[in-house]
Amino acid sequence: MKLFHSSTGKRLSTGRRVASVAALATTVALIATGCAGGGSSSDSSSGGSGGGDAKTIAFLPKQLNNPYTDVVLGGGKKGADAIGYTSSVVGPLEASASSQVTFINTLTQQGTNVIVIAANDPDAVGPALQEARDAGAKVVAFDSDTAPQYRDVFVSQVVSKDVALIQLKQMSEQIGGVGDIAILSATANATNQNGWISDMKAELASNPAYKGINLVTTVYGDDDDTKSFQETQGLISAYPNLKGIISPTTVGIAAAARYLSTSDSKGKIVLTGLGLPNEMRAFVKDGTVKEFALWDPAQLGEVAAYAGQALEDGTITGAEGDKFTAGDLGEKTVGADQTIIVGPPTEFTADNIDQYDF
Amino acid sequence: MTLSTKPNPAGAGAPARSGAAATDRNASAFSTFVRAREIPVASALVVLVVITAVINSQFLNPQGVKDLLLNATILIIMAAGQSLVIITRNVDLSVGSVLGLVAFGTGSLFNAFPNIPIVVVFLIGMVFGAVLGGINGLLVTAAKVPALVITLGTLYIFRGVLNAWAGGTQYFAGDRPVSFSDLSTETVIGFPIITLIAVFVVVAVAIFMHAVRSGRDLYAIGSDPDAALLFGIPVSRRVLYAFVANGVLTGLAGVLYASRFNSVGATTGDGLELNVVAAAVVGGVAIAGGSGTVYGAAIGALLLTTITSALTAVRVDKFWQQAIVGLLILASIIVDRVASIRRARKLRVSEARDV
Repeated sequence: MKLFHSSTGKRLSTGRRVASVAALATTVALIATGCAGGGSSSDSSSGGSGGGDAKTIAFLPKQLNNPYTDVVLGGGKKGADAIGYTSSVVGPLEASASSQVTFINTLTQQGTNVIVIAANDPDAVGPALQEARDAGAKVVAFDSDTAPQYRDVFVSQVVSKDVALIQLKQMSEQIGGVGDIAILSATANATNQNGWISDMKAELASNPAYKGINLVTTVYGDDDDTKSFQETQGLISAYPNLKGIISPTTVGIAAAARYLSTSDSKGKIVLTGLGLPNEMRAFVKDGTVKEFALWDPAQLGEVAAYAGQALEDGTITGAEGDKFTAGDLGEKTVGADQTIIVGPPTEFTADNIDQYDF
Repeated sequence: MTLSTKPNPAGAGAPARSGAAATDRNASAFSTFVRAREIPVASALVVLVVITAVINSQFLNPQGVKDLLLNATILIIMAAGQSLVIITRNVDLSVGSVLGLVAFGTGSLFNAFPNIPIVVVFLIGMVFGAVLGGINGLLVTAAKVPALVITLGTLYIFRGVLNAWAGGTQYFAGDRPVSFSDLSTETVIGFPIITLIAVFVVVAVAIFMHAVRSGRDLYAIGSDPDAALLFGIPVSRRVLYAFVANGVLTGLAGVLYASRFNSVGATTGDGLELNVVAAAVVGGVAIAGGSGTVYGAAIGALLLTTITSALTAVRVDKFWQQAIVGLLILASIIVDRVASIRRARKLRVSEARDV
């Protein structure tokens, strides 16, 4: 509390008190602008070009200013332009469970036609999304699903299980099918991460080819570079027999690769997972990482935009078997659990990584 | 006559009643030593490292030691800077955002001028930090609003500017010269180069605080700003310089961050300010100002980062780790409070006797 008494409290003259109040008010105003500037940056709405009648589609990613998200949103913008919707991007600067709720409320008040969301938490956003749908909005979940009752369809990168399996396959090949491995995930309640992790666990338990592999632990780097870096360090010091790390998140795998490339463990500990080619290129070339996987994130955003349009104009309702055309990407079909699959995962190695730029 | 010849704490407890002058001097030197706020922290650090090394023999292998030092380096530099500000009874909460701006600036510099000399990058980073620290210092001293509020404001402003500047752009270690990254991987007699930089910074600042008049002034200002003003100390100027010096050190930390970690972008350094303040407080720098040392803050930083690594190495759940760090902060504040109450009581007793 003494921090508040730094100036000469009792003898403060009226003039100085006024000055203090003014300065305080200025500071508060500055804080407010700071927040506002942060909260709605990279807003890519096309500035009223539609003349007011264009339908609106809003993308609400897990977190703004995330390189992976930017590629996804780039695709979303392309799709939205193609269908003639006015698009905007809003979202929090940190990937926490509750931070998306206020953005959903605002979109509802604005009467947005289609809300495309990647949920940081499947349930936390539920009530807000329900209100949005009651107000007439169509809700498309993409990248990371909400609980099914809160959205119309879910656009999934790939078949979730394929993503899990490809990472295990890459790991098993490199460690010769035997040894301790660990998982470096994002946040502890990220839907997509947890889905892949449980698929990996199920596969490890049921597939005899993997019976020599022992998953020792899962740690969470919260999609933060520094935290993921130190979690990697911690894994290696806590589990001296560790053979490999699977990191199904782009931030995690890059941070882990950075640590491995600068430590004694380079080349001794296998690292696979999901990464962006541009972030991983240096580590593939210096031998820290042999292979990793991902899908084309831009297609994810694009398909989500087309799915939103198809819902809005009634082409699909989310029922299994519904079909719609996603521009150049061709016809997509709604599968079980209102899920639309974009395509198969891609594996990146030193041989093909230079063909990709995202 | 050395401290180790007087291990009996009972002697330290009763220096005032002792008759012999020589014993008195010894005892008071010893009691100063035991009462020093840094001692409990340093002891905790040693105990922690020893216990962890016994449980997990990997903890102190060469790579493990290197990681411990590297993890602490950036926090040590920032805690040293922060302690300058806290000692004047202020605080700078914007340091996480300042670090982010400088780190991203470093990435941008190497991106725009791939052949720029590394020394120039360090200089630009520190000047950039000094400017941002200067903004804080000017606002605090000119507006006479508590630093807590001002720097909370600049925390968001600087972060907002960084978000607008960086957007989704990130610069990666691969974009920077290898010799720059090498600073945080190569070692000289077992110490990583950037850790040696941190040690140099702490020693330099500690000497300044101990031996230079304007350094002593900072303690006087923190103890009683009104008295310091009456005494003729240029309070505003000193406080401003403390903020600028903190900015310079945070700028240095920002450049080193870009050397150490893979990516720099909009979220770099987010939330770091609380770790920095915690390190200073745990290291015995009183949050109310006027006391504490730079090397105490540095030890606090080392303890906080080491405890995280140690708890991970013995496989303690991550969520407990945060609780333990919180306990440490409370414990150090309680120790500090108890010490000052005892000191006050002792002063009252001796004054009463003199009457």
